[in-house]
Amino acid sequence: MNAGKTILIKNGRVIDPANNIDDTLHILVENGRVSKIGKNIKSEAQDIIDATDKIVMPGLVDMHVHLREPGREDKETIESGTKAALKGGVTTVLAMPNTLPAIDSPETAGLLKNIIRKTAMANVLMSGAITKARLGKELTDIAALKKQGVTAISDDGSSVDDPKLMLEAFKKAKQNKVLVCCHCEDKNLSQNGVVNLGFTSTKMGLRGISRESEYKRIERDIQLADKAKCPLHVCHVSCRESVEIIARAKRKGIKVTCETAPHYFSLSEEEVWGYDTNMKMNPPLRSKEDVESIRLGLKKGTIDAIASDHAPHTENDKDIEFERAEFGIIGLETELAVSITELVKTGLLDWSGLVRKNSFNPARILGLNKGNLGVNKDADIVIVDPDKKWIVSRETVVSKSKNSPFVGRELTGAVEYTIYSGEVVYRSAK
Amino acid sequence: MNWARKDLLGLEELSKEEIELILTTAESFKEVSSREIKKVPALRGKTVVNLFYEPSTRTRVSFEVAAKRLSADVINIATETSSVKKGETLIDTGKNIEALKADIIVIRHNYSGAAAMLARHVNLNVVNAGDGWHEHPTQALLDIFTLKEKLGRIEGLNVSIVGDIAHSRVARSNIWGLTKLGAKVTVCAPKILIPLGIEKMGARVTVDIDEALEKADAVNVLRMQFERDQNDAFPNQLEYFKQFGITQERLAKVKKDIIVMHPGPINRGIEIASEVADGRHSVILEQVTNGIAVRMAVLFLVAQANEPSL
Repeated sequence: MNAGKTILIKNGRVIDPANNIDDTLHILVENGRVSKIGKNIKSEAQDIIDATDKIVMPGLVDMHVHLREPGREDKETIESGTKAALKGGVTTVLAMPNTLPAIDSPETAGLLKNIIRKTAMANVLMSGAITKARLGKELTDIAALKKQGVTAISDDGSSVDDPKLMLEAFKKAKQNKVLVCCHCEDKNLSQNGVVNLGFTSTKMGLRGISRESEYKRIERDIQLADKAKCPLHVCHVSCRESVEIIARAKRKGIKVTCETAPHYFSLSEEEVWGYDTNMKMNPPLRSKEDVESIRLGLKKGTIDAIASDHAPHTENDKDIEFERAEFGIIGLETELAVSITELVKTGLLDWSGLVRKNSFNPARILGLNKGNLGVNKDADIVIVDPDKKWIVSRETVVSKSKNSPFVGRELTGAVEYTIYSGEVVYRSAK
Repeated sequence: MNWARKDLLGLEELSKEEIELILTTAESFKEVSSREIKKVPALRGKTVVNLFYEPSTRTRVSFEVAAKRLSADVINIATETSSVKKGETLIDTGKNIEALKADIIVIRHNYSGAAAMLARHVNLNVVNAGDGWHEHPTQALLDIFTLKEKLGRIEGLNVSIVGDIAHSRVARSNIWGLTKLGAKVTVCAPKILIPLGIEKMGARVTVDIDEALEKADAVNVLRMQFERDQNDAFPNQLEYFKQFGITQERLAKVKKDIIVMHPGPINRGIEIASEVADGRHSVILEQVTNGIAVRMAVLFLVAQANEPSL
């Protein structure tokens, strides 16, 4: 796919934890791959990027996005979603299967694969559903989905209530070497909740979503995955108990990984008190103590990855009464800057730590040749101005939907260039 | 002090001074209803729209009477709950009312936060007449007004609220308003009807009705909505009356001048005994009368917030 264009990125601070690198270096990109990395590279490169005072890191790998195609192209498409991704420094995404129809058969996976091939501007990995129509009643043909190229399976948005069925899913996933990504929520406990259960739900007069509904299901899924000896990836961890349960399982040697989303380490339940539906997501924003636990979980390594849970919605589905509004917010264009602002600038993580969470670890969990700037690795690279401050505005959002909780907020750290497969695919307006 | 808010959405966001301003304004309006000609020209030429998405008689009529006694023109729009889904959005409805050059929307809605959402999208004044389980500020204001009239003060009073706290906007608004004015609030209900974290709003919790009444200067009795909950843990009507009903026997054991309030409509023999509802402790009908004065004050104050300052 590459015409062999060469790019020399000069004098950037290269952050590449995969190779233990945090140093001012040159990187030469040829034929879509990293061909050289070092102090002095002589090259006749066609493109030279001066990255002095900039951070050069592997492109972000976002394990949790909703691109809405097929079915809700009014909210997002593979094309618009990947364009938004590139603007945010994200070069690989794992697309969740809760589309219309759901990616629950080789036919729908084939349809999606075709759309991706024709329109994706970044690397889009597919995840298939665990159960048909995501109803939790009957398993999909996981082997056939794998043949169509799915990387993972998930019933995201729901959890499979029947433990026997879920155990079966883990066994099938293990046989077929697909990752199981679990949206852990016991809907018998969360009922029709819309905000964090407790003072917030009480004072707002809304139904609450308990932390229990999340961590009890995580507990169950860990048990089942362990029984099947199948790796488990827990999606969007939001509360203290969940972090503790996962830490315990990891100590026992159980193969469990997890992600959190930027809003769970940057926003707490107070944000929702004004009934702003752009603060409505599932799991909900939790207490300040939970936010602190998520931050500590990132620091200590219990939480492996940061994923946006990018969930675009039209205004018709968002700008309505709080209880009726859809869950979810967009995040592809802000996840890196929110991570820099909240984690690096506060000293919680260093740059290598950030790259681990946003790129290296998710690539490893997904088994990709990415998240790594070693020679011969895919040349998916982001160049970031680490100190640039910018204010998120609706007008500059590239995604088709504008439902961001960060609109109006000042963030630090801006993507200057995104290189995908050895080509500059995004360049910020100076 | 001057009133500066465009809307009245809840008591949570009001200061003690703002609540007191409403109460003193209401005091001066109360006299209007006892005149031969029950009308003042305060809102002459203004249009008040009652936009009710939930069935309500007393609150709507009370707002209508209040607006008319201020000489405003009143339009009532009653919308079935379900039509929100099939038709116009609340924001569109609000903008249409705005385009009619109305001045104040009084909104009753089954969704919590609906009044706040409407207020964000229109320039006219919005008065919350009850949103979901969230707030019902004018009801709490008239409860407080009545208490103050009866007992001369709010500060230091013990007020117990008994009944379905979990689903009650009246309870929430009362807790905010009373605690801001220095009263001590106790909520009492079967455990299943006490929402988590209510203590953080400033209320003490008990499941023992006799304990709730023991030190109370007043008790606010909420209507039990048995039709709402299918949960097995929910008590039946008879059981509820035995355990939580406000009866003469219970009142005989407590402060002899305890005030009994109820936002109505009352269910005799379920949450309150008939002889209590009609007895000497009850101020239920005075609450209705005071509701007019309080709502006149609220309409008058929010309308004033729009006047260019001199």
